[in-house]
Amino acid sequence: MIVDMKEISVKKIEDAIASMCRDIAVTASPDIVSAFEKAANAETNEKSKAVLDILIDNARIAKEENIPICQDTGMAIVWIKAGQEVHFTDGLVNEAVNRGVERGYTENYLRASVVDDPLYERKNTKTNTPAVIYTELTEGDRVEIEIMAKGFGSENKSALKMLTPADGEEGVIEFVKDTLLKAGPNACPPFVIGVGIGGTFDSCAVLSKKALLRKLDEHNPDARYAALEEKLLTMANELKIGPMGFHGRTTALAIKVENEPTHIAGMPVAVNVCCHVCRHAKAVIE
Amino acid sequence: MRRLNLPLSEEERMSLKAGDAVLLCGEIYTARDAAHKKMHEALARGEELPFNIENAVIYYVGPTPAHGGLAIGSAGPTTSGRMDPYTPELIELGLRGMIGKGRRNEAVKEAVKKYKAVYFVAVGGAGALLSHSIIKREPVAYEELLAEAVTKLTVKDFPCFVGIDCEGNDIYDLDERVPGRD
Repeated sequence: MIVDMKEISVKKIEDAIASMCRDIAVTASPDIVSAFEKAANAETNEKSKAVLDILIDNARIAKEENIPICQDTGMAIVWIKAGQEVHFTDGLVNEAVNRGVERGYTENYLRASVVDDPLYERKNTKTNTPAVIYTELTEGDRVEIEIMAKGFGSENKSALKMLTPADGEEGVIEFVKDTLLKAGPNACPPFVIGVGIGGTFDSCAVLSKKALLRKLDEHNPDARYAALEEKLLTMANELKIGPMGFHGRTTALAIKVENEPTHIAGMPVAVNVCCHVCRHAKAVIE
Repeated sequence: MRRLNLPLSEEERMSLKAGDAVLLCGEIYTARDAAHKKMHEALARGEELPFNIENAVIYYVGPTPAHGGLAIGSAGPTTSGRMDPYTPELIELGLRGMIGKGRRNEAVKEAVKKYKAVYFVAVGGAGALLSHSIIKREPVAYEELLAEAVTKLTVKDFPCFVGIDCEGNDIYDLDERVPGRD
């Protein structure tokens, strides 16, 4: 049988990643900036309003002067969704991804924030690599790349809990609330929150991270989960943590829920906390 | 907004109240996780700290590299709580100011009260804007730590809030509701 394979050079992946690393570090996405503006207009607490005005100014300065929005330019998390009819040429995909991250960070004055050994040496790799890489197979002959540059002030406040089926929606809301309270002012609110429900211990955490890739106004396609997102957002803003923890009105800009099938005995829930610098981008190679 | 010239006298520090918006001018030192660990280890070995801690201010920051002749890259605060295990010891030795973001533990709060120190909070995730207030950066120690190295910064009108004042009042507890206590 002869199968027509589409050849795609991994160099294209490397180039796309290098340029996305630079772009997301300095350019705040327009939906985040408009969410700041909306929050600033609605804010009645003086200090919280001052914080939001600073964040709006900061986004403008970062873009105009090519200075990263935040000094924690994050750890790179990359999703490669490859069509099954693609044949990669010119080397290994994972090596190309890491070369792209290294170039993106070292050529654009971004911070190298990765250490080689987590417990003992903790020596900086100087290249911000390795990236965390997820690969998925899809139909067709194109490659979709998504990248997120995740800061750790907020990553440190993320949590996972193995709820039971009896915990229900109420249990999910309680766990998200508990996680937000623990994140408090430390994780740089106003947050964007990714919630994963279902799967297994490991896949649930990945799901919560994928939820952060959505646009702020993009809801779960299932009406019940979309309604849950609204309930969670209302709950979050009633906590009055507010911008930088000064008790203002906006604790979260958005809460995104992703769901997947799970075991009859369980209901894993993961809450990935992201600060207001929620950086991600997508590229398609055809 | 009140402008404060560093170093601050005890009288000036005692006049600050949690929640006050202030502009800092003068010299401060950068140190975060790895540098704090190294300083703690140096003290345990009976060695000197890499800079004079007397009346000093430490900024918890790991900036991005500078480009185009700028003094510094993006330079916002990191989460202060991670430095809590090392902080009371430094305050006892003379540290009188810290700049970061987020809550401190009770031990730090007690040391702040006892030694009349002050904890400032800057806006997290505003590193580009804050870099405008940093006019000079000089190496001091631990250069192998890259972004985490100890450096001396000269700041001009660096905007922040008084986070914990000499009486132990905490900006995050000013309202009735007290979310976010770890």
